[in-house]
This record gives sequence, structure tokens and C-alpha cells, in this order.
Amino acid sequence: MKILDSGSGKLIQPPDIDAFREWNRQKSKELIDKRMSEAEAVSRFVHDGDYIGTELYGTVRCPMSLVREIIRQGKKDLRLAGQGVMELDLLLAAHTVKEIDITYVGLEVYGVSNGLRREVESGRVETVVDWSNASIAWRFKAAAMGVPFIPVRSNLGTDTFKHSAAKVVECPFTGKPICLLPALILDVGLIHVHRADKYGNAQIEGISGFAAEMARASKRLIISAEEIIDEEEIRRHPNRTIIPYYLVDAVVHAPFGSHPGEMCYLYRRDEEKIREWVEAAKTEETAQAYFKKYIFDVPDHQAYLDLIGKEHLENLRYRAEVN
Amino acid sequence: MSEVEYNPTELLICTAARMMPDKTTAFIGTGIPLLAAALAQRMHAPNLVPIFEFGGTGAILERIPIAVGEENTFHRAVAASGICDIVETAQRGFIEFGFLGGAQIDRYGNLNSTVIGDYARPKVRLPGSGGANDVGSHCWRTIIIMRHDRKRFVEKVDFITTPGYLDGPGGRERAGLPPNTGPYRVVTNLAVLGFHPESKEMMLLATQPGVTVEQVIAETGFRLLLAEKIEENPPPTKEELRILREEVDKERFYI
Repeated sequence: MKILDSGSGKLIQPPDIDAFREWNRQKSKELIDKRMSEAEAVSRFVHDGDYIGTELYGTVRCPMSLVREIIRQGKKDLRLAGQGVMELDLLLAAHTVKEIDITYVGLEVYGVSNGLRREVESGRVETVVDWSNASIAWRFKAAAMGVPFIPVRSNLGTDTFKHSAAKVVECPFTGKPICLLPALILDVGLIHVHRADKYGNAQIEGISGFAAEMARASKRLIISAEEIIDEEEIRRHPNRTIIPYYLVDAVVHAPFGSHPGEMCYLYRRDEEKIREWVEAAKTEETAQAYFKKYIFDVPDHQAYLDLIGKEHLENLRYRAEVN
Repeated sequence: MSEVEYNPTELLICTAARMMPDKTTAFIGTGIPLLAAALAQRMHAPNLVPIFEFGGTGAILERIPIAVGEENTFHRAVAASGICDIVETAQRGFIEFGFLGGAQIDRYGNLNSTVIGDYARPKVRLPGSGGANDVGSHCWRTIIIMRHDRKRFVEKVDFITTPGYLDGPGGRERAGLPPNTGPYRVVTNLAVLGFHPESKEMMLLATQPGVTVEQVIAETGFRLLLAEKIEENPPPTKEELRILREEVDKERFYI
């Protein structure tokens, strides 16, 4: 296959699909109870320097309780696949990140990410490689397929390609240029779902973003769930299982786990608390004060929820007639 | 002139809404395109199928989503899938219209939403591609919505985030992009612009109400082609504005 062009960006996590197969072979296929706290899941499965990924996007179904725990434990030198709205912004502002494959850095309607700006300008984030949204999802898909790359027609002809780590080749079947994206295998994936059983069989309501692909592209996978359900519930509707248990290493029960983000059909996003972060993120000092208040001074997710307040949280719930 | 007052955002929304035909598919992001789609669904295009990047297909836009993945992007939708399915649907040629914005645009409709200045030492780091490169690569016709001034309409964009016609006629095909795709319209606060069928250069089609051709030329940083007959885009109607204000964006989140 003739290589026509190569992106100049660093391939932060080169795919080793044979090693991935070996890894997957030794992963336990036993139905064992994997329930544990955020603290245990993060300390056991997230290590300094790991390449991590979060799902979904923006403020929707974000694994925020896990992200807060990563910051609480002072993890560092993380490399990550980022779509930088709430969760990435927090990880960046807390100085946990060294390298990023990125598609979008910002806070949607609330504008730019000051966290990223400070981290890049200070040199704490050493590498930023740009991709399109679908490119990151397709890179997970390639890993999920167990192949080293996937051909796509995004990125062609642009600087987005030139600064990525993709390649353009002459298609061996059509002779036309086609973009090859390298598979992206995560050390750790973090996904927040509507419900899971104690083994990790997980269900998601509504759109599924790139959960299916990312779960299958992760060497270790931490699931947080709004609700823990009985195995029989799973077995009654096996078609609803988007993530089967053998992919999962930890199951964390995290009601309001996406707060201040939202969880479709359950609760809406908390504009007031999101704005509080947006304001706090503007300077290093106020960002650190935010972390002290909402992360370092509360021992766990339950204490965080207590701090936000039961009544405040209940007001975010969709009422029955809305659904 | 219109009997009613309207602001520049309302003008952009109404202009974009009129471009969305009924019974077709449109890849919609948040902000102005979303409001335009919601308005179009209530006016002339009840069967417009909005498609959202993270999985919503065919939502009825009764409530306005703020985030691209939230529940309102698949409210009473026909399907809720994921990003791979949606962008692959565009890649297979199922999505007619795509909406884009950007910080800079050139005569060939190439868009920058990544950096202003040098990539390594940017003056301003912008959000990045997000889904823009995917939308601009795969949708048949893209409609770009932007504010119009010389800082944004430039001879050369600092970074091509999303492909327009690249270096001109045949540029997209040479790069391997799907044939017969590319920028279709640019909607601004000053004008509606298209692209010359052969040269693929941007061309002034219509001015917005109260705007002169000279003003549009003065605010464009490259040589603008002029259509043989330049229309005057009609202002938002009372009915459009009523629906927009009373039904589409009641909370005035965007307008």
C-alpha cells in the first residue's frame, strides 16, 4: 500500500493488537462481584502515566464521580483521549494531564477552556494532537475490532490531518486516497451508565455515544452506575446489555454520578453548579479553591452529594410526567 | 423593510431555516443551526429529520438542547444510536445538509476552528474540530453560518480544520473526499453567499436587509465573485419571529 502522506502529530499510544489479544485472553471471564468504591476502583486500576478515556460528551453521562476521585488521589502524568468539556477541563485544571489526543476543547455555550490554556502555556501538558470527533470514536472502533487501523474519509486534505498521527494511503482497491486512523487502545476506560449488575453487565438509556466502542478498546474498564440491578434483570433483557461483564474490572454505584452534568431520563444538568466551575476555572487560585471545596475536603462521592444537598439534587430530577 | 424589529441572531436563524427543505436529513449542531431546524420544522419542513452527532435521529424539536448529547437531541426521535453510526451514515451518503461555523473562512469555503496564528505558538487556541471536519467531509451540502467581517473572511485561513473546496476545482476529489460534496451556502449577518459552479470561488447571491453590495465587499478579505443578479434577502416575517420567540427559544437561551 503506497503511503501518500503522514500526519506530523505524535502517536501517543501506538496500538499493539497482539499484546491486546494476550491481555484480553488473561482477563477473568468469571462472574464475580466487582462492586467497589470510587476510591478502590481508581487506586487499583488507574496508575500515574496511564492512557485513559472518558465517555460520553460534554456534560452528558460523564463519569464525574470517578474523575473527581482521580483528582482526589493526585494521579499524574495521565495521557488521555479528550473531548474537553466538564471532565477533561477538571482533569486539566488539576494538573493531572501530560498528553492529549483532542477533538474539542471548550465548554460549549460557556466558551473556552481556561484550564487547557493554562496547562498548555505552562508546558505541563507536553503534547496535544488534534483529531475530529468521529476520528477518536473510530480509533476506538478499530481497537474494538482488534485491527491496527481503520480506513475513513474524514480528515482528508486538511490541516486537521497534517497535525494528527493519521496516514493517507492509496486505497489498494479503488486507487483513491483514503485516511487510515490508528487503533486506540486505552489503559483505562471510564464509563457512567444508567444501570449495571454486580458483575459489570451494563445498560445505557438513550443515545450511547461511543460507549460500546470505547468499552471494547479498554484494557481496564471502570463502570459507574446510577443503579445496581439484579443479574436476573440483565438476563431478562440481554439485548439491552451494551457492555458485557467480562470487559469490566470495577463496578461503582454512583447515584448522580454525572453531576453537575446530566443523565438522560433521570436528571438534568445543574446550570448553577456548572457556572460555578466555569467561573472558578478562570484562574489557577479559584480553580484550586473549587477543588478544595468539592474534592479534597470531601472524602467520597456520598460526601460530595451531601455537600450539594439532597433537595438541590432532587430538584434536578425529571418528574414522571416529563418521561 | 420589516415592520418588526429583530436582532442579528434572529436574522441568521430565519435565513438558515428557509434553506432547510422538508423531507430531508440535516446534520445539526447546537446553537443557530439547531434553532433554525426547530423553526423550519414548525414552518415549511415538518418532516425535516435532524441528525445529532452523538446518536439522535429524527428528534421532534419541542425543547431546545443546550448540549450536543443531551436528551432533547433524541426527544421523540425515531432512533437513538451512537456517534459511529451517525458519522458512518453521513459517510455512506445519507445526510444531505450539514451545518458549520468557524472563526475564519476563505474563498473556497475552507474553515478554521482550531487556532489563530501559528499552530505551535497560537495567538488564540480555538476549540478544535469537534465534529466539524466529519460534517464538512461527508455531508452532501454544507451550510456555513458566520459573522461577516475582514478578520473572519480572509485570503488564507490560518489552519484548515474543515475542508471546503480546498485549493479549488477538483481539490476535494484529489484529496480523496467524496465527489459532488462541499460548501453550498454561507449565511452571514450581511449576506447569503454561494460558490461558483466551476471555479468553486465564493459568490455573493443576496444581501441581507439594509445592507449594500459595497458593504459586503468591504467586509470580505478576498476578491468576492458577484452573481449576475444579486437578490435582497427578505427580512424575518412576523410569523417566523413569533414562532422563534414564543415557541422555539422561549427561555431566550440563544436569541
